[in-house]
Amino acid sequence: MSIETQPDRRLSNAQIAWRAAQDIADGAYVNLGIGFPEMVARYQPPGREAIFHTENGILNFGAPPAPGAEDWNLINAGKKAVTLKPGAAFFHHADSFAMVRGGHLDVAILGAYQVSENGDLANWRVGDSGVPAVGGAMDLVHGARQVFVVTEHLTRTGEPKLVERCSFPLTGVACVTRIYTSHAVVDIAGGRFVLREKHPGLSFDALQAITGARLHVDGPVGDLVVPEL
Amino acid sequence: MDKRVRSLAEAVSGIESGASVMIGGFGGSGAPIELIHALIDRRPRDLTVISNNAGTGRIGLAALIDAGLVARMICSFPRSSDPRAFTQKFLAGEIALELVPQGTLAERIRAGGAGIPAFYTPTAYGTELADGKAIAEFDGRPYVRERWLKADFALVKAHRGDPLGNLTYDKAARNFGPLMCMAATTTIVQVSHLVPAGGIDPEAVVTPGIFVDRVVEVAAPRQEEELVRAEARYA
Repeated sequence: MSIETQPDRRLSNAQIAWRAAQDIADGAYVNLGIGFPEMVARYQPPGREAIFHTENGILNFGAPPAPGAEDWNLINAGKKAVTLKPGAAFFHHADSFAMVRGGHLDVAILGAYQVSENGDLANWRVGDSGVPAVGGAMDLVHGARQVFVVTEHLTRTGEPKLVERCSFPLTGVACVTRIYTSHAVVDIAGGRFVLREKHPGLSFDALQAITGARLHVDGPVGDLVVPEL
Repeated sequence: MDKRVRSLAEAVSGIESGASVMIGGFGGSGAPIELIHALIDRRPRDLTVISNNAGTGRIGLAALIDAGLVARMICSFPRSSDPRAFTQKFLAGEIALELVPQGTLAERIRAGGAGIPAFYTPTAYGTELADGKAIAEFDGRPYVRERWLKADFALVKAHRGDPLGNLTYDKAARNFGPLMCMAATTTIVQVSHLVPAGGIDPEAVVTPGIFVDRVVEVAAPRQEEELVRAEARYA
């Protein structure tokens, strides 16, 4: 008797980050949110180099320094030590957020608790308990020309993260332009989720079943194919 | 013109109970640890503190909060690797929090220093942080009205300073420093290197001395991250 194995239909976070990195142009000015979105910097395609912005006042920072070589005046928004690339710049916080709000960033990439079909994002708190903290997320979602979300398609308890209306407190209204999930690439266009790529091991109906709002098809739907990482 | 003061105690003189105090820094970078500790020594109560974060560990801003001297925090991100001090006071209802998006916080401070009483920003529109604020539409987009933010005092850490108060900063430790210097009635700066007038190239001045009232030299200032890793505490 043969055992039919299920293909793994989920991308790892590294693979989601890799897929998002393929859509960043050479020379783009990019802000990566703290945590998972920071992984996108590792997967820039050969020959392309984005210029990374961090809210606390650096353009064109690079990889972390070797352990022991940290300079704690040279950190990113996650308060992790970074290094500088040639051509880096420092600036104060008002200039930093002028770059954000003034529309000078090409791409901001954030995580999400929920994204609604009209592009509302909820990513800063899930309830009333604990200490609320917002940082720069509410500014970033209204400044960059494109706002990408990288996320699992489902919560740990199996609830859809792509929904008709967010139930968690909002970070911004109608701000997300594209979502990279563990199962699909989805654009937000005209107040709708438009499917661009889906995992090849998953039928459209199966993907729709784990998505909390209607997925529209407008043009070809590609296979979401990523390397082993 | 000589804005130099000889001691940290003299630098923070006049900060009394009920004062509003802007404190520079983003996490540990730019946090004026020595000025904050000198402020704790004075024991003023009911302070309103405006700072991006709310301190880490048992030193600096965290120690100021731990000492029960802060009644109200205005900040964007009151979390850190060791947020015990703020978290305990907040959950016990002993400290009030006004949470402000980071870019809005920076711009409110800049506006305070620039004499702009209010401005409109897209940030926070449609979120709970815009509750109760005026909304206006410009060119078809909704914006939230935000007020300027000023303070009685600012405590700022800079790299080099001269007797006129001209300042440079060290890398990303610049963050809120230039803004807070503008927005306080009395701006107090600790510098790692005090240089003579003319010792800073005018092309390199980041904060012009007009925004600064007192300069005190703290050679080899302590860095918050290193103190937290060493589990140091204010004493």
